[in-house]
Amino acid sequence: MSVSTSMKKLRFNLLRVLVHIGGWAPLALITYNFFTHHLTANPIQAIEQQTGIQALTFLLLSLACTPLSSVFGWHALTQRRRALGNYAFLYAAVHVLTFLWLDYGFNLWSIWRDVGTKWYIIIGLTAFLLMVPLAFTSFNYWMKRLGKDWKRLHKIVYVISPLVAIHFLLSVKGDLFNLRGNISEPVLYGSIALVLLILRIPPVKSTLIGLRNRFTAQLRKKKAAPVEPPIKVTGGQ
Amino acid sequence: MNKLFKSVPVTSSEITPKQLYLSRRDFIKTAGLVAGGLALAACAPTAPAQDASATQPGPADPSIAKKKDELGDPVNAFADITNYNNYYEFTTNKDGVARLSRDFKMSPWDVEVSGLVKNARRYSVDDLIKKFQPEERIYRLRCVEAWSMVIPWVGFPLSKLLKEVVPTSDAKYVRFETLFDTKQMPGEGDPLYPWPYHEGLRMDEAMNDLAILATGMYGGPLPAADGGPLRLVVPWKYGFKSIKAIIKIELVDKQPATMWNDIAANEYGFYANVNPNVDHPRWSQATERRIGELSRRPTLMFNGYAEQVASLYTGMDLSAHY
Repeated sequence: MSVSTSMKKLRFNLLRVLVHIGGWAPLALITYNFFTHHLTANPIQAIEQQTGIQALTFLLLSLACTPLSSVFGWHALTQRRRALGNYAFLYAAVHVLTFLWLDYGFNLWSIWRDVGTKWYIIIGLTAFLLMVPLAFTSFNYWMKRLGKDWKRLHKIVYVISPLVAIHFLLSVKGDLFNLRGNISEPVLYGSIALVLLILRIPPVKSTLIGLRNRFTAQLRKKKAAPVEPPIKVTGGQ
Repeated sequence: MNKLFKSVPVTSSEITPKQLYLSRRDFIKTAGLVAGGLALAACAPTAPAQDASATQPGPADPSIAKKKDELGDPVNAFADITNYNNYYEFTTNKDGVARLSRDFKMSPWDVEVSGLVKNARRYSVDDLIKKFQPEERIYRLRCVEAWSMVIPWVGFPLSKLLKEVVPTSDAKYVRFETLFDTKQMPGEGDPLYPWPYHEGLRMDEAMNDLAILATGMYGGPLPAADGGPLRLVVPWKYGFKSIKAIIKIELVDKQPATMWNDIAANEYGFYANVNPNVDHPRWSQATERRIGELSRRPTLMFNGYAEQVASLYTGMDLSAHY
């Protein structure tokens, strides 16, 4: 009994450690590659692209926690959701900062003239600004203080993730409607976001949970009435 | 300390002519292949020998790194030019092209020149080099993704080749096509692109002296990663117009379909002239980052070649014919 609970604690911690290692590793790698000149001949663009991908990846991972817990029963994940979301914000912040600082040297006029009217920037910036209050209220203090409103507020992520996927799609060379060009990556990320959102629609969710319950019940039945008698273990060897 | 390696004056007669060292290189390669083949035949399970010349070698003439374009900007580093390539026939990863193109077979290489011409024929790249005496052309290359480089090409004016085959009076456009070989160019297996890569120029654009067929770079042969052994370079247009690894040049009477125009017609026009005043529909073309620099610089009309090419487009609405 005590062994199994301590095992559970260990596994619990292992997942936590994994999330934090996985959260910092890409940033460490990008930094290392930057200083050792391994970020192509165009390092600023490489940082923008890699941090962007990481932000979207962590956003999708944080979005995957709830359905993986409610539909597939991996409940330990719900404890990791907030950290994953914070890593998404970390990479989004580095992404935006790289754009403002390294790419444009904080020359706001130049940014406005170059991209002020470009949809991929408007959509990307909107998504980032929507992430700010979520990151700001990610501390326990705000969670307690806001109570039910905290959950409600954090549902903004349902808007943020499709915005980020569209932002990605708009920044590559290609045409989604023509199914031509460099669109496979943004389409892949966008589809995952879509699936994760669909899994939250109440009828979809309840149907899947029903299916799962039936499946586990059947499994239990099989275990209770094995077809073959258990093999007897005869002596030690 | 470095007395051991004194620089010895070399008379020009001692310098190997490029023709010769290129053919020597080929001889060594062929000899190596034959020898390797024999060795393989002799003892069956042998790992193929690593071809030392297959990895990206350094520049043939490192002193070129000190040269500048006519605006006073230095040429880009050889390593940057050969390791940062938009060459989707290999991969969409710019830093993956060099590795994937390492074993690309560039010799023998023939290009067919045909269509509305009096003397249609096939040329080997060696023929072209002998006939048209390539020279150094230091050009800016501006990518539609808003980065740019200065590249010391070695090439000859496309017009020389076109004059040689004598276009008929019906010939209004020139169409180019890249090699289609999914074994050597894995990216050509990607169904999201209408392979093989195809491009085109209007006749007067093709006859402009700035438009060259490049056979070399940095004083040496043209690396596979940069479109070797034969590519087009049209410096006043976005990089995607400058088609690589050309196997076919065809003179036609109608405006030919072009690769990126087929992919997204509302974003990539037939002309694709570098123009800071006409944005890509989704991003700006007003500024660019020169590879090797941190801050952005303004993009120049016709990439700084307005004096030589603006007259080609007088009376045309360049925002309609982007």
